[in-house]
Amino acid sequence: MAVKELLAKYTRMEKLPHIWCAGCGHGIILGSVLRAIQRQNLDPFKTTVVSGIGCSSRAPGYMKFDTLHTTHGRALAFATGVKLARPELKVIVLTGDGDCAAIGGNHLIHAARRNIDLTTVVFNNSIYGMTSGQYSPLTPHKRYATTAPYGNVDHPFDLCELVKAAGATYVARGTVYHTQMLIDLIAKGIEHKGFSFIEVVTNCPTYFGRKNKMGSAVDMLNWLKEHAVPVKAAAKLPPEKLADKFVIGELHRGERPEYVEEYQRIIDGLKGE
Amino acid sequence: MGENDRQAVLMSGNEACVEGALLAGIRFFAGYPITPSTEIAEGLAKRLPRYGGKFIQMEDEIASMAAVVGASLAGAKAMTATSGPGFSLKQENIGFAAMAEVPCVVVNVQRFGPSTGLPTSPAQGDIMQARWGTHGDHPVIALMPASVQECLTLTVEAFNLAEEYRTPVILLMDEVVGHMREGILLPRKEEIVLKERKKPTVPPEEYLPYKADPDGIPPMANFGDGYRYHVTGLVHDETGFPRGRGIDGDRLVRRLVNKVKDNFVPMVEEYLTEDAEIAVVACGSVARSAKRAVDLGREQGIKVGLVRPISIWPFPEKVIRDLAEKVKAFVVPEMNLGQVVLEVERCACGKAGVYGLNRIDAELITPDEILTKIQEVK
Ligand SMILES: Cc1ncc(C[n+]2csc(CCOP(=O)(O)OP(=O)(O)O)c2C)c(N)n1
Repeated sequence: MAVKELLAKYTRMEKLPHIWCAGCGHGIILGSVLRAIQRQNLDPFKTTVVSGIGCSSRAPGYMKFDTLHTTHGRALAFATGVKLARPELKVIVLTGDGDCAAIGGNHLIHAARRNIDLTTVVFNNSIYGMTSGQYSPLTPHKRYATTAPYGNVDHPFDLCELVKAAGATYVARGTVYHTQMLIDLIAKGIEHKGFSFIEVVTNCPTYFGRKNKMGSAVDMLNWLKEHAVPVKAAAKLPPEKLADKFVIGELHRGERPEYVEEYQRIIDGLKGE
Repeated sequence: MGENDRQAVLMSGNEACVEGALLAGIRFFAGYPITPSTEIAEGLAKRLPRYGGKFIQMEDEIASMAAVVGASLAGAKAMTATSGPGFSLKQENIGFAAMAEVPCVVVNVQRFGPSTGLPTSPAQGDIMQARWGTHGDHPVIALMPASVQECLTLTVEAFNLAEEYRTPVILLMDEVVGHMREGILLPRKEEIVLKERKKPTVPPEEYLPYKADPDGIPPMANFGDGYRYHVTGLVHDETGFPRGRGIDGDRLVRRLVNKVKDNFVPMVEEYLTEDAEIAVVACGSVARSAKRAVDLGREQGIKVGLVRPISIWPFPEKVIRDLAEKVKAFVVPEMNLGQVVLEVERCACGKAGVYGLNRIDAELITPDEILTKIQEVK
């Protein structure tokens, strides 16, 4: 589908231009989500997009579905209510690294544990963008942020490992440089029944990039290209070669009953009584 | 139809709340266990799936409140129940529900606070929290039952008001009414009047989700009904999309507050106030002792009456204002250090004396204590 058609079908054109800074990767993620939705041929009237608070969480405002911009960190909890109340809806959650890994971290692991049928896309720019550059639980050790003026003392989560351990049944990581792969990963997440999780590593040239002297937006995209290693290639590399890299692609698939269906079985069982 | 047709049962206030919710058509409950509200969650965990509804125990109260708002947006009548510490945690998302105009019911079975306090002991310390717990100006409806029967009827009423006004409604119980067991009459289904959120009457292309009718309340489409609209806690205009000017905030918040203020008639019970020279103002379980004290006072020839705000918010201002013209004094017993008394003072405008009677030792205020106070101020 041409970009124009895609935009006309799935975006609120009148809301553009978007609020994101020049060079921000968030728009690439939004575009990839829309292309994945289109590839999966989702019914635009039966799709709900939920977000928390942050630059990333502004994405649903541009999308022509039922959209819910909630409170900071709570998108998954709101989405759980939407999905349980109306299971026929496809529910997609768009969230930031701070939104889902800090304030919303508890909701993230519990949504994964329930294996509830939600597709979560994390816009991981390694920083709090909306509030102008404080460190997040995904800011690497020793990197700089306005609240880490001497280098970050914290160590970051590996979010994909976290949700996998918590029980997610589809886990993937992509970047805004590898867009074809990203669309594919999100599309597969949407297709998957159960809790699907896609972490997207993206660039924030305004805050993370500037603080850490990473150059222009293009330089940051090149950084992504150089530091992301596809799963298959990573499998063949010794650990020391992966030390400063991160792995992208489909990282995990599991088979477990889905929460809403399990609950429905209880309802159906009681009908017989 | 006489009362004989109704089934008489013995139950607790928390159980009656469950019955009320089911009669009101609840289809979603999200909660997190906390004394003294837990029986409500337990009751609905058991009963809801039998009605095709869903129960979920979330990871905390913040998530419970969020899930309730999500479920309501998707069309389900939704409720959560908690107590003090959990009520504190829910506040941000209660504000979201007020701002985004999402109907829902929040039960707070009050316990002794602050903090973990005395988990199984009664108190009425959350009256101001129910009014101002979430930040910013916002509308609030909060109801305070004084009996097990009323736990049922006011739960139904809470759902009706939430649907009608598109706002969170707080059922502010206390530990005494929550755990007390009394005989009640279960209303028959036909007796219950249910209200539903008004639906848009225009096609999706013309739907402005936050354009209010003359009553200040906009019709509400459910997610998945084909209207495809945006919901946010940011200040927004009629389209539902953010608008960042101060004037937009002014317009929106005034409408939210006024839709309740201009339409809602505060609910109040008056007992022997007609000729009263002294009015006792009491809510929830304390009103039971107060009623007894009024009877005892009358036996002694004291002209005393009772005003029981059923809707503590909006506060029955007019009733108190009018009484202030007639009575010599108000006596305000409450299980806190003085919250309702502030409202009574405000409404009395210095025209009558206002005397608080406060206990925070986890004991009920007795009729005798109230009577003694009445005699003192007489
Ligand atoms: C309860 C609460 N705490 C703090 C904030 C302030 N706040 C808004 S966005 C944000 C961080 C967002 O960062 P992230 O999720 O990484 O998204 P990004 O803006 O980088 O896309 C914070 C702390 C808030 N809105 N609500």
